[in-house]
Amino acid sequence: MADMNEISIETRALDLFYGDFQALTDINLSIPARQVTALIGPSGCGKSTLLRVFNRMNDLIDGVRVRGQVIIGGQDIFAPGADLLSLRERVGMVFQRPNPFPLSIYENIVFGLAVHRLAAKKECSAIVEQSLRSVLLWDDLKDRLHHSALKLSLEQQQRLCIARVLPLKPQILLMDEPCSALDPMATMHIEELMQKLKKDYTIVIVTHNMQQAARASDRTGFLYLGKLIEFDETAKIFTKPAQAMTENYISGRFG
Amino acid sequence: MAREHFQNMLRGLEKELVGMGEMVITAIERSIQALKNVDKAEAERIIADDALINRRRWDIENQCIQLFATQQPVAGDLREIVSFMDLITNLERMADHAKGIATIVVRHDQKPLLKPLIDIPRMADKACEMIQKSLTAFITQDVAAARAIIEMDNEVDALYEQIFRELLTYMMEDATTITRAVYLIWVSHNLERIADRVTNICERIIFMVTGEISNN
Repeated sequence: MADMNEISIETRALDLFYGDFQALTDINLSIPARQVTALIGPSGCGKSTLLRVFNRMNDLIDGVRVRGQVIIGGQDIFAPGADLLSLRERVGMVFQRPNPFPLSIYENIVFGLAVHRLAAKKECSAIVEQSLRSVLLWDDLKDRLHHSALKLSLEQQQRLCIARVLPLKPQILLMDEPCSALDPMATMHIEELMQKLKKDYTIVIVTHNMQQAARASDRTGFLYLGKLIEFDETAKIFTKPAQAMTENYISGRFG
Repeated sequence: MAREHFQNMLRGLEKELVGMGEMVITAIERSIQALKNVDKAEAERIIADDALINRRRWDIENQCIQLFATQQPVAGDLREIVSFMDLITNLERMADHAKGIATIVVRHDQKPLLKPLIDIPRMADKACEMIQKSLTAFITQDVAAARAIIEMDNEVDALYEQIFRELLTYMMEDATTITRAVYLIWVSHNLERIADRVTNICERIIFMVTGEISNN
């Protein structure tokens, strides 16, 4: 049994600016390990920005400034000299639209290993099988591993994108609207997959779909105008939220 | 305000629920009147009319189920619809108690009452007052009022004790009174159960507003 109190990501007084615009204000958040945490809120509330803080994806944007601390694995990921490459090994990311590389299924999965020089060639086949099994694609794809990944269905592509981050043995999977390009059945399959993966990984998901947050997450954080309004167990957020603003948003009264 | 359609449906259901509560109060009042008059024909009509209350209950329940299925209510809306379903169950059971009183009137079979009714109508009035107040507390989401109504149950319990003791003395003095005394005890027991059901409703109102279950 996992330690329910183990914290995977902790933010302390986190502020984030895009130039003059403050996108996140004083975020204090402890994301538990090996659970699914959902971030919800209306468009522009900062939930995707917050998600991207956790693997420093925002660094690529001009004029970004971060204040405060983000602790992952006991280290402040914004401390001077923090190792970005090792951070991105530990924190994998899955995007809104499936974005497999224009390579074979096999090459998609070993790509990260090559970049991070983590595995000898002979181990690769085993890693590919294990990764595809984790996302329940192995039985479907084992006979066409060298076919182009772009030929797969959208759902399969998204599963592949999840499988692709697993060989790096991340502790954390970030998912930014991972189902928004998928049909309801495929969405359900990805949600099921998240339940399976959370045994081994901490999952943080940004979603516009409140029902998805209610169905698939253990904890929910509600953000509004760059502030974390409420963070609690999902069951509590959707039955008895503490803040009136949370209640108004989740019951569709604004947003 | 967003989701106006959904909110209108909730308000409409609220009104239907209050209407059902008023039907229950009427059933209780009629059953006590039928007892006073030992009116078997009226008692039989009350028994038949219980079906109307049952129908209203299933109709409201069906609308609640449809709201769950189609509107995915959460938070306060969710607690409200869950509470609707609990309230109609309690109201429907109260109506069964009114029907129970009517059934006793039928059994009484036109024989004169053992004694003039004094405490039983008082008990019925108190129970109906509790129902009426609980419906108001429900509409106004008034937790303090709900708590005060729960306290009123003690008065009903005291009347029940008093009626029971009084009828016991009748039975001890004269065994020929036993049947009719037991009938009146059954009537007062039905009223006592009705008041208990009102306390269930009040606890549910508190839950609806605060999310807290008060267990006593």
